[in-house]
Amino acid sequence: MTATTARAWETVIGLEVHCELATSSKLFCGCANQFGDEPNTHVCPVCLGLPGSLPVLNERAVEYALRVAEALHLRVPERSIFSRKNYFYPDMPKDYQTSQYDEPITIDGWLDIDGVRVGITRAHLEEDTGKSLHVGGGGRIHDADHSLVDYNRAGVPLLEIVSEPDIRSAEQAKRYVEELRATLLAVGVSDVKMEEGSLRIDANVSVRPAGTTEFGTRAEIKNLNSLRSLLRAVDYETARQSALIEAGERVVQETRHWDEDGGRTISGRSKEEAHDYRYFPEPDLVPVAPTDEMRARVRSTMPELPAARRARLIESWGIKDEDARVLVDVPGLADYAERAVAALKTGTARDVANWVRQDVLAYLNDRGLTAAVLAPEMLAELVALVTDGTISRGQAKDVLAESMAEEKWPRDIVGERGLAQVSDAGELGAVVDAVLDANAAAVGEYRTAEDDKARQKKRGFLMGQVMRELKGKGNAQVVNELLDARLS
Amino acid sequence: MNDSALEIAADVRAGRRSARDVLEEHLAQIAAREADVHAFNLATADDARKRAEEIDAAVARGDDPGPLAGVPVALKDNLCTRGIPTTCSSRILEGWRPPYDATVVQRVRAAGAITVGKTNLDEFAMGSSTENSAFGPTRNPRDLSRVPGGSSGGSAAAVAAGFASIALGSDTGGSVRQPASLCGVVGVKPTYGAVSRYGLIAFASSLDQVGPFAGSVADAALLLEVIGGHDPCDSTSIAEPAPPLLADLERGVDGLRIGIVEELTDTEGIQPDVKAAVEAAASALADAGAKTERVSVASTMYGLSAYYLIAPAEASSNLARYDGVRYGLRVDGADVAEMNARTRDAGFGREVKRRIMLGTYALSAGYYDAYYGQAQRVRTLIIRDFERAYEQFDVLLSPTSPTVAFELGAKTADPLTMYLNDICTIPSNLAGHAAMSVPFGEALPAGAPSGTPALPIGVQVLAPARGEQVMFRVARAIEMASPGGSRT
Repeated sequence: MTATTARAWETVIGLEVHCELATSSKLFCGCANQFGDEPNTHVCPVCLGLPGSLPVLNERAVEYALRVAEALHLRVPERSIFSRKNYFYPDMPKDYQTSQYDEPITIDGWLDIDGVRVGITRAHLEEDTGKSLHVGGGGRIHDADHSLVDYNRAGVPLLEIVSEPDIRSAEQAKRYVEELRATLLAVGVSDVKMEEGSLRIDANVSVRPAGTTEFGTRAEIKNLNSLRSLLRAVDYETARQSALIEAGERVVQETRHWDEDGGRTISGRSKEEAHDYRYFPEPDLVPVAPTDEMRARVRSTMPELPAARRARLIESWGIKDEDARVLVDVPGLADYAERAVAALKTGTARDVANWVRQDVLAYLNDRGLTAAVLAPEMLAELVALVTDGTISRGQAKDVLAESMAEEKWPRDIVGERGLAQVSDAGELGAVVDAVLDANAAAVGEYRTAEDDKARQKKRGFLMGQVMRELKGKGNAQVVNELLDARLS
Repeated sequence: MNDSALEIAADVRAGRRSARDVLEEHLAQIAAREADVHAFNLATADDARKRAEEIDAAVARGDDPGPLAGVPVALKDNLCTRGIPTTCSSRILEGWRPPYDATVVQRVRAAGAITVGKTNLDEFAMGSSTENSAFGPTRNPRDLSRVPGGSSGGSAAAVAAGFASIALGSDTGGSVRQPASLCGVVGVKPTYGAVSRYGLIAFASSLDQVGPFAGSVADAALLLEVIGGHDPCDSTSIAEPAPPLLADLERGVDGLRIGIVEELTDTEGIQPDVKAAVEAAASALADAGAKTERVSVASTMYGLSAYYLIAPAEASSNLARYDGVRYGLRVDGADVAEMNARTRDAGFGREVKRRIMLGTYALSAGYYDAYYGQAQRVRTLIIRDFERAYEQFDVLLSPTSPTVAFELGAKTADPLTMYLNDICTIPSNLAGHAAMSVPFGEALPAGAPSGTPALPIGVQVLAPARGEQVMFRVARAIEMASPGGSRT
């Protein structure tokens, strides 16, 4: 909408992030927790909700929730319970979801983003549903010719992380998710791949006149599958809601779906969604009471969290905030960089960081790889080769590319290609002297040149002759210095 | 039939009788009377013969088939049996063959028992007469004009008629004890968690418990020893092995303190002969050295009301999965919601629908606290009252059923009258305690026409959680004092 609108209205956002936990088995049975296999191959009586089957809680999922609790400063009550959320849907085998309701496993935490503290109401465990495929019609359940359901995902453990309405802009919402994602990744509980649905976001969005403190009526936006969708959807909602209010209408509290292609949110109100979930305590499970041993084990295995790691890298490597963020936020990148720095013989950590941030990251992104496939010692060797002048930066780019693609040591590539620069002043001085002797005329013209331009032209010619003699392997900086000394 | 399971197993293990001969005797009973009694939804004679031959072959090889070697067992048709239809006496499960065995089914088979069939029940175990079966009622073998009780009426009748030596039922509010009482056999509701519920198709998860039927207290003890003990597939299963029951069975009751529960014995609607039988049993126990006294457990009066909120509430959720999507009956509709509704309308009987509606209402927003919440508070009160009583008494006594068996159709018109059948049995389910019914004498039904045979009375022995050992000793003493003579 208009700039005036943007200034007059403040957006208030709370996010519900569903994170698939990367446990090896599902939340309540022994089936593999695996993405993308043949439909209905990781199923059993329990996750299919067959009559008579009963759930047994996966203790690893509890441990993962406790890891997140440590990272997000959440409190872990002595006991929590599971509850049943009752509603009919074909991809939900029992027609209720086993979730947590009034006594979740963690409560009252926070996450700092760029100096702003976002409160976290709770993070609770629940099971994922299966996946429906609606065939024919409009591709939605209401008008499909028929629907197919894959229950491989049914029963996969989810941690739903609910923030307070402390977020004030789309950009801040994006930053919150980025920071949360990096944190979940760091503590090792999820692969946080939004594109594969292992991180899913619902946004509660409302607007209010800037400067006021009362909350407006919120809409819950579902189906946000990327950070870009989140940004666009929040902006769209801000505009939609403020326009409604300015037009004298009211915002309706409802669920809305983000339509990525249309770039808008659509009201999700329908008969099926007028839910009364009839929560009640799950009688098939006993209360969860993490033992002190389990909590101690979790605490003793907590890694450095992203914020602390960024601060340390900025401080000790002298890199920029933005570079530190990229290194830490991209899965595996900081680990790789730190191992390269540890293996470094000559050169600075900052050089390593620059190579990682640019060439290495571009290489990985192009191929959809993670840094885990690369040997950090090879990068360390490359940086040393540049630092000691064996190869130029330009040559190093090619060498690095080949090193990564072929898993070859940079020194071997330099050897094979015969790339090593000559930097020895004595060796280079002899060549320079020989070239100047052979081109006495040009030297003369240089010395008598009328203007700077003509002089530079002659100097360039002489430089070219030297480099030709050296077959391009002369260290340009040293040659320049020698040439200047001889010609002055 | 006078064959006890203990005798059969001892004979078969010793090679004195063949499992095949034992089986044929029981199959002959089935052939003679099943058409009248209708104890089974499915008789599995062919499978049973094969299994009997395996048992005999094992004995011939010198192997021990186990403590139930060659003992014919009937299974309530809400226990999952792999590859064998399991219906819950409901149209909605038509055609469904479970891909797995219930834990108790595995255990009786592993102990050498031979399954002779799946027994009739009130649909989804909801009822007290086995008249709510989609496949027609079961009749009481003692008087075919009368009900066998319910919901495990088929299992009770199977044992009473000699179709099987022992049987398994499930008891949510009295569904083992009340039919045992009406059919003149022993029936046990173990402590909640003493027997695995894995593979028992749920009615009300926090109340359901699998329990044995037998012709004698000793056989019931034997069967409970086999099926009891921890099961990692059931989170609510007690994490201990099954306690030995047979070893202490004949220890007598000398010095035990036994209370007669006033509220369950003196109330309106208790047939005078039934009350007299409880008092006679108590005095027999006193003669055997027990100290007997009357005791008030006041909150048990509210058990029925609490039960009819909690059980339907859990049932409304447990039975949601029968939606036509994955298994059993499907009646097509224009869309998925209509398919769900039509399937459930066609598949469920009146009583099941009544309880689903009751439970849905009890859990709905705005009513939860007044109904489900209040019922749970009553449940806590009952547990506390029992705890107080068990400070003074080792076990308690009451009638099992207010009356002897009633005629088919006598109570079907008025659900409330039917519900009152379980007034004495429900409190133990709400408390999670153990209880069992032992035959003790007979009585003519009130106002019975001449020529009506006397019908069995059951005395209920109630014990605290894990109180099975003492409970069985008392039950054995009652059995020995029974006017009908004791089985030794």
